[in-house]
Amino acid sequence: MNIIYFLIGCSILMALVFLAAFIWSVKNGQHDDMHTPAIRMLFEDDKPTEDDV
Amino acid sequence: MPVNTLTFATCYHCGTSCAETEWKIDDKQFCCAGCQSVYQILNSNNLCSYYQFNNAPGQSTPDQHTHFDYLDEPSIIQKLVDFMDKDLTVMTVYIPAIHCSSCIWLLEHLHKLNKAVISSRIDFLKKEVTISFRHTELSLRQLVELLASINYEPLISSQDVVKEKKNSVNRNLILKIAVAGFCMGNVMLFSFPEYFGISSLEQQYKHLFGWLNLAFAIPVTFYCGRDYFFSAWAGLKNKLINLDAPLALIIAVLFLRTAFEVILQKGPGFTDTLSGLVFLLLLGQWVKQRTYYHLSFERDYRSYFPVAVTVIREEGEKALPINELVVGDRILIRNNEIIPADSILMKNEGYVDFSFVTGESVPVKKVMGEIIYAGGRQIGTMIELEVVKPVSQSYLTRLWNNETFNIPDNKIQNFNDRIARYFSAVVFVLAFGSAFYWMWFDDGARAWSAFTAVLIVACPCVLALSTPFTLSAVLAIFDRNRFYLKNTDVVEQLARIDTLVFDKTGTISSADASDFEFFGNLTKQQQILLASLTANSTHPHSREIRKRLAVTKKLSVASYREIVGQGIAGTVEGHTLKLGSSEFIGNSLAGNTLASSVHLEIDGQYLGYFRVKQQWRNGLRQMLAALRSGFNFHVISGDNAGDSAILSELFPADTTISFNQSPQNKLDYITTLQQSGNKVMMLGDGLNDAGALKKSDLGVAVTDNINNFTPGSDAILDGTSLRKLPQFISQSKDAIQTIRMSFAIAASYNLIGVYFAVQGTLSPLTAAVLMPVSTITIISFTSICTHYFARKNKLK
Repeated sequence: MNIIYFLIGCSILMALVFLAAFIWSVKNGQHDDMHTPAIRMLFEDDKPTEDDV
Repeated sequence: MPVNTLTFATCYHCGTSCAETEWKIDDKQFCCAGCQSVYQILNSNNLCSYYQFNNAPGQSTPDQHTHFDYLDEPSIIQKLVDFMDKDLTVMTVYIPAIHCSSCIWLLEHLHKLNKAVISSRIDFLKKEVTISFRHTELSLRQLVELLASINYEPLISSQDVVKEKKNSVNRNLILKIAVAGFCMGNVMLFSFPEYFGISSLEQQYKHLFGWLNLAFAIPVTFYCGRDYFFSAWAGLKNKLINLDAPLALIIAVLFLRTAFEVILQKGPGFTDTLSGLVFLLLLGQWVKQRTYYHLSFERDYRSYFPVAVTVIREEGEKALPINELVVGDRILIRNNEIIPADSILMKNEGYVDFSFVTGESVPVKKVMGEIIYAGGRQIGTMIELEVVKPVSQSYLTRLWNNETFNIPDNKIQNFNDRIARYFSAVVFVLAFGSAFYWMWFDDGARAWSAFTAVLIVACPCVLALSTPFTLSAVLAIFDRNRFYLKNTDVVEQLARIDTLVFDKTGTISSADASDFEFFGNLTKQQQILLASLTANSTHPHSREIRKRLAVTKKLSVASYREIVGQGIAGTVEGHTLKLGSSEFIGNSLAGNTLASSVHLEIDGQYLGYFRVKQQWRNGLRQMLAALRSGFNFHVISGDNAGDSAILSELFPADTTISFNQSPQNKLDYITTLQQSGNKVMMLGDGLNDAGALKKSDLGVAVTDNINNFTPGSDAILDGTSLRKLPQFISQSKDAIQTIRMSFAIAASYNLIGVYFAVQGTLSPLTAAVLMPVSTITIISFTSICTHYFARKNKLK
């Protein structure tokens, strides 16, 4: 049953990774603006114009 | 005679209904040159997708040409930018015109308009754009001018709205909630074996789980819960027990007892209760911290005033930050600029619009040698002024330096803080009582466990939760009815108000010139002449008059001229028409003193005048009737006594109505009312009410457009919702009732817990079950109650 020690260690470690990811995203400002990205993703990409080609 | 039929179309850019005129390209009709030029800019840069996302997404800003010379001053640039190095500048600006997805699209494609822009990103709710650009190729001033040229002029004022808002996002609280939630989840997992009982085979894990739980308790206590300790300590230093004091004590006791039990291997400890408690408390705080990104409650005169003003010095004109202005400086104010300090008019005639200050939008004429108070906006020609008082000492701005504001807020203490004192006393008596009782029987271990258990069980966490949950639900309901409160404490203040003070213009009467009446007689032919003349002007009065005449014919106008702030004139079919102020007509017959009149003269003959109908807000009479019992009314107006008769008919007989009140008078009036023990709610709209709004127990800024600037206040109310005021007040009273009831429910749960606790037999399991159950009951009770009351008050 010593495997339990290993499994608990793994589970805490994984949980810590997710917590760290969340903390990073908050500090990065990803949660500051929850509204604009939802609109932005609906814009179509620009059609290439003749000068671009 | 060319007689064209006037067909009505809508502007392709801004959607304003307009006559078909010469502003037409690519089969697209525009209402003015401004809208057309924006279209041309966008069209030539392949940005016409702007018009595809929304119909007529633009906004027209007629003939407002702001000068941005001051943006070349390095000291001012320094203040405005977020970041600057040799090559690159990053700046965040507030653009009030942002309102739809097209705005986002266009402003995020700025790089197509100018190659020097590297990127631009919008924060839609805050109406802010962060732009990074190469300042070697495009100066800050050119960038702002570029934005202005597509009718997205940023608002740059001395009070930096952008920078102040940045601090309001509470990332720290979110991080604490995340850590507390993380710890709570893991602790629950490790506590389950204990709940279900551990067989003798698995005893080896018991200590492991105990130590792990203790490890999780450390960040919960010392990181997530630390603010409660700080706040409790700050309260105690001021000899005050706030609600955070018992909470801090409980967190400390829970942690100490857990550490004690785990280290001495006496039991599993209370980490599950501890982490759950802290998590819920933080959640309550988060719910309470509702922020309106699009509103600001903290504005003072600085957000109305420009950053800089043009000063005439011996060496020439120079832009100077307004706080560096000194008495005797000669300043230059152009069309549409704001006069930043009390000063004497030295050159040209001024037409000053004091709408920021008084709510009255009709410009006032000023002649040479007259003193003009700060806060007015010059309309028309450029004027020169000599500063007589520095900005901070002016008639209006002095209000903010009033010493009454430096005294700490004497706002009403909230329910929670009042009850916390008694609550703490009862808990301490119980805890020490049971400890002494067991000591008496010489049972030291039991005394310790009873003492700690009482503290754990009697947790005021329900108090700390029911208040924010109830009040924030009320805030959400008010929000749907266009009543925006600064924070949840305002609800409690609203429930205690007994005196209402109203400003007149802009508060109980609406300020916009939406309905014109004509005094005089016009023949059909004269109406056609007038309609043709007004078709040339973009002034709101002209548009309204044209709409009112509803004439579909249009004749061509010769020798048209428009003098800003005065009037328009022209020749139609050989008739000379003049429309404007009485000075503009130059006729003594038109000597009507009412400033808000527009006079008409055809071929030298005075025909009458248009006047803005004084519009009382919808449902004002019903609102006053509903509030009649239980409230004292006062009306305090900066205007003349012209409406005295109507007002005394509208308001109950015992209402005090005062006219010609200065901002300082208004402030003093509120102070006097408060000194006689009244809880005063002030409803106002202009900067002249700002002092009174701040001084009152509850200041409400009434506005027709919530995106407009409003003076600093506790709440912002949309003018159309003024009639719902009685409902708002009764809803807030019901909310306080809900909190009291939930407190009773919580107390009964606590009694069950205390029954076990005083005997020293509280098991961690009981504590861990009792807390979430009582929390869930309370939160669902408060939200059901609040919505029930909202329906009762017809706010849903």
